[in-house]
Parts: sequence; C-alpha cells; structure tokens
Amino acid sequence: MPGMLDVTRETGWVGRAIERVEDAALLSGGGRYLDDLGVRPGTLHMAILRAPHAHADIRAIDTAAARAVAGVVAVLTGADVARLTAPLVVGVKAPVECWPMAVDRVRYVGEPVALVVAQDRYLAEDALDLIEVSYETRPAVVDPLDALAEGAPLLHDGFPRNLASDRRFRYGDPEQAFAQADRTVSISVSYPRNSCTPIETYGLVAEYDPHEDAYDVLANFQGPFSIHAVISRALKVPGNRLRLRTPRDSGGSFGVKQGIFPYIVLGAVAARATGHPVKWIEDRLEHLMASVSATNRATTLRAAVTADGRVTALDYDQVEDCGAHLRAPEPATLYRMHGNLTGAYAIANVAVRNRVVVTNKCPTGLNRGFGGPQVYFALERLMQRIAIELGLDPLEVIRRNLIPADAFPYRTAPGALLDSGNYQATLAKGVAEGGLAALRARRDAARAEGRLYGIGFAAVVEPSVSNMGYIATVLTPAERRKAGPKNGAQATATVAIDPVGAVSVHVASVPQGQGHRTVLAQVVADVLGLTPRDIRVNAEMDTAKDAWSIASGNYSSRFAAAVAGAAKIAADRIAQRLARIAAAQLNVPVEEVVFEGGKLRARSNAANALAFSRVAALSHWSPAQLPEGTAPTIRETAFWTPPELTAADEADHINSSLCHGFIFDYCGIEIDRDTAEIRIDRYVTAHDCGTILHPGMVDGQIRGGFAHALGAALLEEFAYGPDGSFLTGTLADYLVPTAMEVPEPVILHTETPSPFTPLGAKGVGEGNCMSTPACLANAVADALGVADLRLPLSPSSLAPLIHGAEPAAPAGIAAPTPAPSGGKGERLMRGEGKAHVRAAPEAIWAMLLDPDTLAAIIPGAHGVSRVSDTAFRADVTLGIGPVKGRYKAEVSLSDLEPPRAVTLRGRVEGNLGFGGGSGAITLTPDDTGGTHLAYRYEAFVGGKVASVGGRLLDGAAKVIIGQFFAALARKAAGGSAPAPSLLSRILAPLTSLFRRRAP
Amino acid sequence: MPRLSADQRHEVRFTLNGHPVCGRAGPRLLLSDFLRHEIGATGTHVGCEHGVCGACTVQVDGMLTRACLTLAVQVEGASVRTVEGLAPEPDRLSALQAAFRRNHALQCGFCSAGILMSLDAFLKAHPEPDEAEIRDLLSGHLCRCTGYTPIVRAALEAAAEIQNSQRELTQGETAHA
Repeated sequence: MPGMLDVTRETGWVGRAIERVEDAALLSGGGRYLDDLGVRPGTLHMAILRAPHAHADIRAIDTAAARAVAGVVAVLTGADVARLTAPLVVGVKAPVECWPMAVDRVRYVGEPVALVVAQDRYLAEDALDLIEVSYETRPAVVDPLDALAEGAPLLHDGFPRNLASDRRFRYGDPEQAFAQADRTVSISVSYPRNSCTPIETYGLVAEYDPHEDAYDVLANFQGPFSIHAVISRALKVPGNRLRLRTPRDSGGSFGVKQGIFPYIVLGAVAARATGHPVKWIEDRLEHLMASVSATNRATTLRAAVTADGRVTALDYDQVEDCGAHLRAPEPATLYRMHGNLTGAYAIANVAVRNRVVVTNKCPTGLNRGFGGPQVYFALERLMQRIAIELGLDPLEVIRRNLIPADAFPYRTAPGALLDSGNYQATLAKGVAEGGLAALRARRDAARAEGRLYGIGFAAVVEPSVSNMGYIATVLTPAERRKAGPKNGAQATATVAIDPVGAVSVHVASVPQGQGHRTVLAQVVADVLGLTPRDIRVNAEMDTAKDAWSIASGNYSSRFAAAVAGAAKIAADRIAQRLARIAAAQLNVPVEEVVFEGGKLRARSNAANALAFSRVAALSHWSPAQLPEGTAPTIRETAFWTPPELTAADEADHINSSLCHGFIFDYCGIEIDRDTAEIRIDRYVTAHDCGTILHPGMVDGQIRGGFAHALGAALLEEFAYGPDGSFLTGTLADYLVPTAMEVPEPVILHTETPSPFTPLGAKGVGEGNCMSTPACLANAVADALGVADLRLPLSPSSLAPLIHGAEPAAPAGIAAPTPAPSGGKGERLMRGEGKAHVRAAPEAIWAMLLDPDTLAAIIPGAHGVSRVSDTAFRADVTLGIGPVKGRYKAEVSLSDLEPPRAVTLRGRVEGNLGFGGGSGAITLTPDDTGGTHLAYRYEAFVGGKVASVGGRLLDGAAKVIIGQFFAALARKAAGGSAPAPSLLSRILAPLTSLFRRRAP
Repeated sequence: MPRLSADQRHEVRFTLNGHPVCGRAGPRLLLSDFLRHEIGATGTHVGCEHGVCGACTVQVDGMLTRACLTLAVQVEGASVRTVEGLAPEPDRLSALQAAFRRNHALQCGFCSAGILMSLDAFLKAHPEPDEAEIRDLLSGHLCRCTGYTPIVRAALEAAAEIQNSQRELTQGETAHA
C-alpha cells in the first residue's frame, strides 16, 4: 500500500503450523453448525416433495389430504411459490424462467414440486405421501451431445435445440498455426458428473416480518454473496430486507453450499405463508439427487504441434451440460478457466467454441475445482497423446511447453495474467525429491514381470481469487456493453479494538472448515506484536451488520490471497495509527515504534515501552489525547480488490483470476490384471502456492483436494438412466473414497510469492481436483496402452480394456442376457418361477380375479377395488430401504384363458417412484387335485425407488414374487395369508412386478 | 418388552456420558434426533441417515452404534457415550482429541464426532494397532475434508501416548509398592 508505514514485526506467527483455534470445540461436541443452534419457539419444519420423473408435465396436484393432517400448517405448490416470488435470474440472455419449485413442468428427477410445513419434520414428511400429483411424462434427454441433436426433447422453449449459449473465441492466429503445424493431435473426452458432497447437508431457518416486509434467513450458504442479490430479487425485496446470516461452523461445502439458494427462497416463502419461522434440513437422498452437481462436459480438443512436441495452437470445442436450469452463477463453470485454457504452457494461438446445453439432470453449480477438472482432463490427456503420437517422453513434452520462468507476469492468449511462478523449478524439484527415477525403475521391473504398471503426469495452473467479471465473457462484447462492466473481487476485513485493548477480527469469508479464524489470528497477531491467543476472530456472516460485497464468501480459493490480505491491510492501518499514538508518548519518531510482545516500544530502547492494551484503549477512554490528525483505532474495515482484475475487453480477453499457483503431479499405479482394480503405488504432487501462511492447513487442503479428485477419478459419478432416472441416491450407490482408498500423497513445495496479493499467498484448495484426475488417467493409459478413457476408472470400465470384449458363450451354454432396459431406459428386471398350490386351477383362477383375495395376498395393499371384470385399482404402502411410501396401482388382466393362463399388466405410481410390469401366469392341474403354477415376469422401476434401491431390486424381485405365490398357495389351501415377513416388507415394492404399463 | 403406542411419546431414561438423563420420544424417533433435539447433545451429527457415513456413531453399552439407525426408545436403561463425554475436563482434551488437533485430523469437524467415538472404543480393545487396522476401522466413516491420513496419524499417535501413560502409571504404582 503506498503511504503505508512499514510496521516492523519481530514476531512471526504467519508461516507456522500452529494448532487451530477452532478445533477444541469441534472435537468436544461444541460445534455450532446450523442444526445445532436451536430455533425460536413455534418454528415449523419444511419437507419437500420432489419429482419422480426426469421430464413431465404436471397435470394436477391434489394437496387436500396432506393439508388435513393434524400438525400440517401449509402445503405450497409451484403456483403458490410463483405468486410470492419472481423467477431466479438466469445467467444468459434468453426468454426462459427458472423457479425454485417446478411450475407446470418438471425437468429433472428431484425437482421440487410441493412443500409441506408442519410442526415437526416427521409429520411434514408423512404429509408428503398424501400429496397426489398427476404427471404426463415427456421424453427426457440426458447426454449433452444428444441434447443438441435434431429432434431431441426440448427442455425450454427459450433454448432452441437445448442450447443456452454458443460463443466462439479466437486468440492469436489459430488457423495459421494449424495450417503450418507438423502434426495435429486431438482428443475427445467426456467428463462425468460428480460432487464433493459435504457430510453436512443443506440447512436453513427462515423468518418473515410482514410489518417491515423483511426476511431473515440463517443458512449454511457459503457465498459468493452476489447470490444475495439473486435471492432478494426473487423474494421481491430490496437487499436491505433480506438479512442473510451464516452459523459459526459449517460441515464442509467445497462450493456445493452455494447451491442452497433456491431453497432459501422456498424456506423464506414458507415462512411468509405460515407466519412462523421455518426450518429445513436437507436429507442425503435430496442432497445427492437434487442439491447441485459439477457440470459434465464433452470436449474435443485439438493441438497444432511441431515435430519436437511444441504446441503452437489449441482448438477447444466444449459442450457444457448445466442440467435442467441455468442457475446463477452458471454457466460460470465454463468460463472460470477461460483465461487459463492454455494451462501451464506458452501457447499463443487459441480457438474456442463454448456451448452450454440443458439436459434433464440436476442443475449445476459451484464444486471444488470449478471448471478446472473439465479443462485439464482434456488438456493433460492431450499432452500425453501428443507425446505418444510423436514418440516422445510425456514429461519432455510438458517441459518443452512450459511458460519460461523469466516471462512472469505472463499474459496468456485468452487474457489471464499469470502472476508469478517458476514452473521449471517446481517440476525439477518434483522429479528429484519425489523419486521419479525410482518410480520408472519400478515400472520397468513390474512390466518385466508382465504386470500392468503405468506412470502419469500432469502440470496445471491453479487459478484462485475469481474475477467477478469473468462470467460476463459468456455475453458478447455488445451484450456486455449493454449490461455494464463487471470486474474485481472485493475482499473485506474488520479489525476492532475494545475498551480494554482486546483485538477482534471480523471477516466475510464464511469458512467451511479451513481454519480461517486461526490464520487471521496469526496474520493480525504478527502486525500488532501480539499472539494469536490475543486475537478473537468472528467469521459468522450477517449481511445486516457486516462489511461485505458480492465477492464475499468462501470459493475460488480466495481466503489466503484475498481475505487474509484484507485483514492484514486493516491491521496495518490500525497499527499505523497506534504507532503514531505511541510515538508521541515514547518521544520517538513514528518509524522507530516496534510492536513486540504485547508492547509498543522504541526500536533502540526496549525499556522505553507502552503496553499494547494501554495504547489500544486510548481511543475509547481519551479520544482527545489522540495526536492531531490521527483517527481513532476503534474499528478499521479494509476493502481490497486487485486492480489486475479488469473486465473482459472487446476482443474477449479476460483475466479470469488473480493468482495462479502451479502444480506438477505424477504417479505410479498398478492395475490388477484379474480384478482391474487400481492400486496407487506412489503419488507425488509438487505445489507452488506462493507464500504459505500455515503449512498444516496448506497440506490439509492439498490432501483433501487429492482425496476428492481420487474419488472423481476412480469412484464417483452421479449416474442417470437413459430416461433420466437418478441411480445413485445413497452413499452406498454414490461411492466416495474411504480411508482404504486414499493413500498419502508425497507433497512438495516451492514458494514464489504472488506480487498481486498483500501476503504473497495464492489459493491452494482446488488444484489437485484439477491435476489428479488427469494424472491418474494418464497413468492408467500408460499402463494399458489405450487412448480413450472415461472417468470414473472403475474396475468394470477397465476390465474390457484388459480382457477385451466379453467373449461369446461356449457352445451349448446360453449367453448371459445383457442388462436389459425399459422402453425409455428404466431399470428393468426379468425372471420366472414355479409354485405348487393345493387347489384346483379353477379355484386359483377365481382367487386371482377376486379383489378381496388380492388385497389379502399383496403385501401392503390397503384395498383392492374392481374397476371392471378385468381391471383393478389398489392403494399400496411399500417400503424399500429408507424409501417407504404410498402408491396407486392399476392392474388389468388380459390374454385370459380360464382357467389355464392369464397375463397381469399394471403400473404403480407414487411420489417415491413409479414402476410397472407384466406377469404371465399359467396354471396346470396335477394328478392330486392341485395346480402347478408357472410365472414369467418383466418389470421396470424408476424414480426414487430406483435411485436408492437399485442394487437390491433384481434379487428382491425373485424373493417377493415367490412370497406372493406362497401367500396365494396358503390362501388356496384354506389358511389366511400370513403377515408379510420383515424381508418381504423391505422388498415389498416389487409387488409392482405384477403390473405393467400397456406397451 | 413394553408395548409402545405409535401416537404417544414415551419417557426414555438412560445414562448419557455417566449422567442419568430422561427425555420423551415417540416410538419412531431416531436416537440421533432424540440426542440432538430432545436431550440437547448436539455433538453427535447426522450426515446420511442411512448408516453409511458414520458421523452419528455413538457408544451404546460399549457397542459402536449408528444413532441414525437406532430408535430412541431402544436406549431405555442403556449407557450411552457421545463425543461430549470424551474430554476429561470441560477445558481439556483427551489424548485422542489432542492428537487430532495436533495432526490437523479435522477440518470442518462434522464427521469427527463419529470417528472419535469409533477410535475411542477401538483403541480400548486394540491398544497397539497398526496402520492397516486403523484404516480398516476408519473405512466405516466418511470424511470429505482431510484425505484421512492425518486421522490415521492422530490415531496411531494417540494409541502410543495412551500406552506410554499407562505404562508410566503402572511403573509408578510398582515404584510406590
């Protein structure tokens, strides 16, 4: 800061891995997470009914039965919400509306359709079951490239061909570079959907004051607080009538809790409609299915290369899948990396086509890495392909293209200003200290034994401190001119001194477990010559009282670089004034004042000293004694935004982030030839994140990011059926790494301070999410000698690469049926079985056509009514795993050959899912007056049942159908049908297997 | 076994961290909700409500138990131990908790309560574990922040420290005898 005193520091807390001030409470059950805080008396609880279909029109919603339940206070539908709110802002210029609750039409499984507010959460969830929604399904589209195809189902009329944005960019002269290139190397990749899934789910408590028309919301939101404007606009109040607060502790976010904002709108509306505070805690199924997801992306990337492996141009074709709605700040995932599309390399010519499409999947939003994993998976896989196609060493190709160490600050072709770095030095340190030579020897030895061993590399630039203006790059320069310039990254911090000279720090950083309070205490303690214990940091956020701006919050790894820097600036300003006050009393020039050991003293005479608290308290007790021209030291708020973060220019150059760390990763992996399991032999990650403020936390961020990336690379994917059914609704289906899968990476550091940040620090929290998936995939490609890889690298996806396609069945043995799918791709099951019943076929025939008998033998049936001679209707309560609910069933009989054969077809539909099927039954008399009964069925299921019970369904089908016939047999033999066993109750939804929708 | 009526709340008496407590619970109330919202012991967290993440792990009569898969009425008469009962004094930490803090074995801390309860029980039964055993135990817990290694390190360090202090205690007693 020009004009700033260089206050001499003789202590050094910054840079030390001190114990965190946060931890004692968190380790003793004293955390203050949202759901730990208690609520005002009279607070009601919200539960949300969600769409079982990926794409359907809502024909009717009947909430009468739900409203009638004792304890239920309100039931709201999309129409109610739309009456009280305005649509959520959409990030592109298009005539589309985005609501937090479906209005007329659902576009993804899990989209909110109605909400219940009741006296407790249990009652609210009960009442969801009683809401009847009538849907008319539409065809769904799941894949982003399919969504662009001619004739694909359209999600929004305002997005023709499902295309929300289509922009082309050109930097340098890519056409000429490609024309002159020795070779062109290209790669096409599909980056899958995943999420960092914090262990604490979304939660909020909302209140409404009708007299002031003001909302007060406590939520585990994480920022950016630009979203505050989106929420207040949706609630149709000015920003000063939306007080948004965050609790002290948050159970992780990784970007994900940005996505709570549509639910803040719902909670606020529920509070307004009921006149009570309303609390909502999301459950895990809701979180996995419908909170938010990273984008999946289809990328084709071409490189123009010289014969010696120099890349002279890149040509990106990126198709970004933002799910069913383009929610703020999307399509930011696509543009966060825009300045960094050349990665760590000096590549002067770049062509880009960026398309944003909508599909019938959960809307996307912030997620650790945010666009980086998608870009680097393409770029770093391509670098390996270049080496292979040119017959070069992959590491050598990386080396030859790195930005020269003397070129910083370096402007990339698309406009990023890379602040500092020495990529060659970091790489050299990684190679030497990480033990690459030994790893290569291990690979040679393993391969000599015929084992599948590979080494992969990745070199990435990790951007941090986002330019709030990068998102505007999705707009054309003309549209940007109209919208007005957007840029910067305002960070704020306040340092306050109380009447006894005790120091507090307030920041709008919304920590989610990173330890901000500890680091801020270190930073401020250093400035003021105190210890971290002397500093009390409050990182709770309150938009009604705190200094904040649109960039506030916890994202884009901005804490160390921006927020801690702002705290240093605020502390420096206070220190400057304290030094003036002390100088007058110590009779020394102000430059001679030293802050040390809780004292302000003369540099040359330690005995000439004043207690810090005495100087610090002066502004409270005796402001008249302040030296002339010295402002009080009671409170200082610093706003800091880096001048480097300018708006996109007319040629679409954008400095999308302020800081740029560098990561060089490599790893050795072995793939088991039999099981196709990947074992990580060694993973080396060499970082340069500028000045390290707290080594323990920096390594913690690296390890945590590495674990997330390992999950994304090997295990995690939000899986959807072709019909848009969501298939990974539990943590037993959506697999995240456990302690068994995550090895300790070898972490190495070089420190090249950023010249653009007050402390020289850069972000470090997201880099491995960018580098590690590509690095692991490159190692797998090296081990298997394959070019095309899709994440996650599960054993089932690698097995065909090792063993080839499944060979034909040996002669005489039936080939296994390939996993079947329903007409629209639902989960489909087939089976058959036999039973013997001690009754004549005629008696059984009569039973099958008798509603009372059916009611007695179908588990969970509340009653079966006859619609016609061959059609029945039933209400059934079915439970599978954690999903229990009521369904309506319609059954018809056809192909009747009394008393020999009949086909039952039917369909069940409920809020938890839908299903259907057909069962062909044949009755053959035996010699003893009994009947041999044979059946063959086909069934499909979709909706919530499919997303949480998928693994159980096939085996369960066999059991439940056997039980149905066992009950039939007992009934036929004269006994009453037994109560269903526990197992049958768990598996009961499979009674739906007897019913099938007419084809 | 008493018969409970579905629409009534029943008194549940049990011991929580050594102190007798009593609360009222409907038959379907989960132990996790009961502990947190009825008893007020919010240190036990809920992460998935289907028994996978392990955040809600508590000790019921010494057995590791997922509070989200247990009904409140099941702990009638039982001794329940939660994270609030680990520290020897309100302003001190146990050896295990201190090792967590020293090793940065937590970030957001949301999963920590369950992990601490599992490790507390495990270290009592296996005072000299190796890394493989610790990792095997931890595989019943999901942590999204730390990458697990610092937790493994903290557990091994705590085990060694507990062993040492017990050895010193035994030696001290021998010396006094």
